Amino acid sequence: MSATHADTIVMPTRKSPVPAITFAGLILILAILPAFVYPIFVMKLLCFVLFAAAFNLLLGYTGLLSFGHAAFFGGAAYVTAHALKVWQVTPELAIIAGVVTSIVLGLIIGVVAIRRQGIYFAMITLAMAQMFYFFCLQAPFTNGEDGIQGFSRGNLFGIIDLNETMNLYYFIAAVSVLSLALIWRIVNSPFGQILRAIRENEPRTISLGYSAQRFKLAAFVMSAGLTGLAGALKALLFQFATLADVAWQMSGEVILMTLIGGIGTMAGPVVGAGILVGMQNFLATSGLPVTMVLGGTFMICVLLFRRGVVGEFLHLLERRKG
Amino acid sequence: MTTIFGVALPVLTGQLLIGLINGSFYALLSLGLAVIFGLLRIVNFAHGAFYMLGAFAAWMLLNYAGIGYWGALFLAPLVVAVVGMVIERTMLRALYGLDHLYGLLFTFGLALLLEGGFRHYFGTSGQPYAAPEALRGATNIGFMVLPNYRGWVVLASLVVCLGTWAIIEKTKIGAYLRAATENSTLVQAFGVNVPVLLTLTYGFGCALAGVAGVLAAPLFQVSPLMGSNLIIIVFAVVVIGGMGSILGAIVTGYMLGIVEGLCKVFYPEAANIVVFVIMAIVLLLRPAGLFGKDS
Repeated sequence: MSATHADTIVMPTRKSPVPAITFAGLILILAILPAFVYPIFVMKLLCFVLFAAAFNLLLGYTGLLSFGHAAFFGGAAYVTAHALKVWQVTPELAIIAGVVTSIVLGLIIGVVAIRRQGIYFAMITLAMAQMFYFFCLQAPFTNGEDGIQGFSRGNLFGIIDLNETMNLYYFIAAVSVLSLALIWRIVNSPFGQILRAIRENEPRTISLGYSAQRFKLAAFVMSAGLTGLAGALKALLFQFATLADVAWQMSGEVILMTLIGGIGTMAGPVVGAGILVGMQNFLATSGLPVTMVLGGTFMICVLLFRRGVVGEFLHLLERRKG
Repeated sequence: MTTIFGVALPVLTGQLLIGLINGSFYALLSLGLAVIFGLLRIVNFAHGAFYMLGAFAAWMLLNYAGIGYWGALFLAPLVVAVVGMVIERTMLRALYGLDHLYGLLFTFGLALLLEGGFRHYFGTSGQPYAAPEALRGATNIGFMVLPNYRGWVVLASLVVCLGTWAIIEKTKIGAYLRAATENSTLVQAFGVNVPVLLTLTYGFGCALAGVAGVLAAPLFQVSPLMGSNLIIIVFAVVVIGGMGSILGAIVTGYMLGIVEGLCKVFYPEAANIVVFVIMAIVLLLRPAGLFGKDS
């Protein structure tokens, strides 16, 4: 994937005020948005923004296409829901349990998958995630087709009642913004530079003395953990976790979000998740077959629109400049 | 009653037969994937959808045109091949110069489009498709009773697989194909029309999936989602075998089907995931796959 979108990445310089202004703007928008938009919709959107951003950390900045991220998303959702329902712990502990699960899963799948590259990597992650799907289908604690549902969100730190929509909204908004800032920080750190070097030219990075396998595994586990956080928040928000969260269609959806928005751009996953979640909301009421439209969108994006919305926009800016 | 490892013989042979049948489908589908990947360098995610299309083509030929099983066995793969070739000519072609991942993503979209479309118009419940008159009933072959149609599926898939292998390894067109796999620019310079070869190869790979679909139609119900779960197992089969070799794809396909069948007898809880577990083990011990030659 590297050569085609390398030109779309704008490296912010260290002292640039743009990221700070962007994040300030994002916080401002999130603070006033519930006055205009249904808060549940915004929260759902935030979960998928975080999911897509975590996925993009792997695809966009390390050049690894995972077809198995649903395992981390759904695995964390299941454990969070189980912790809230059966163990009856506070929500922050339930979320941590979910994230730890996805990190462990990420380690196991990552160790196997990074042994191959390119399309093999995609197929292996898909197969491993499908294995996890069958595990969830049969394991007793997931309740099979019914999923885990009907639990209270509980009190955050034992004090703040998350069953109040606005409390939940500010909690999810805060966690999402902090996670996005963390991803931005990872991407713009020396570690992120090495990831990009691996994406551009792996043999050369190895010859410079970096252990590419170890960096790839680290990126994979970070992406899995952040994906798990998104899944845990989703379980908390909708108060259920089902097989749909671990199914391969979910892995496909997050790829499409990243592709529509722009692979390897910071804003791409945000825009892509917005477009896809909005589209699904619209299609759900329109009677059009959702899967068919998604498939068609996929084909069109790959054929004509590989830079994505944000990527095309940045490309235009570049062309204007010089 | 005869028992082996404490399992009654009929149970064992019964599961072995089911394993062999699943293996037939794994072999046919991974063979098609290997042929397409060898020349086009595209992992055809839509392969499961083409398999489903083959089964639906047989069902439609019967219900709308009155053409029975034997006619469908030849016509349905042809329909699938034509659909595949049109897609290759009009769209897939544009992706050859790019990273292979785009081919995977495009065919993934195609799979969603086809399956979503069929699900919208036919629903998720399967359509029944009867086995042909000549293959109904069962034969007693001494140690077990073999349903005729199941025996036919194993036989037919073996013939198709070996036939494909013979075409690729022993004929002139196969030689072109192998040469183009090694170095397509040079083959083009020798006057072989490589773009047409690419189109035909994609069509042929899709037709193999179509054959599998027609063979599957009387066994399982004809349903829009019949291919989507199968294709992921076939991917694992391909990773285990390594995509380099045609014969490797066939052997791995049958082998894993049988292993899965045996697993159903001795440890049924793991039957769904045994192929994936084997994949992980093979990757840890031999990353290139059992028959793969790593670059």
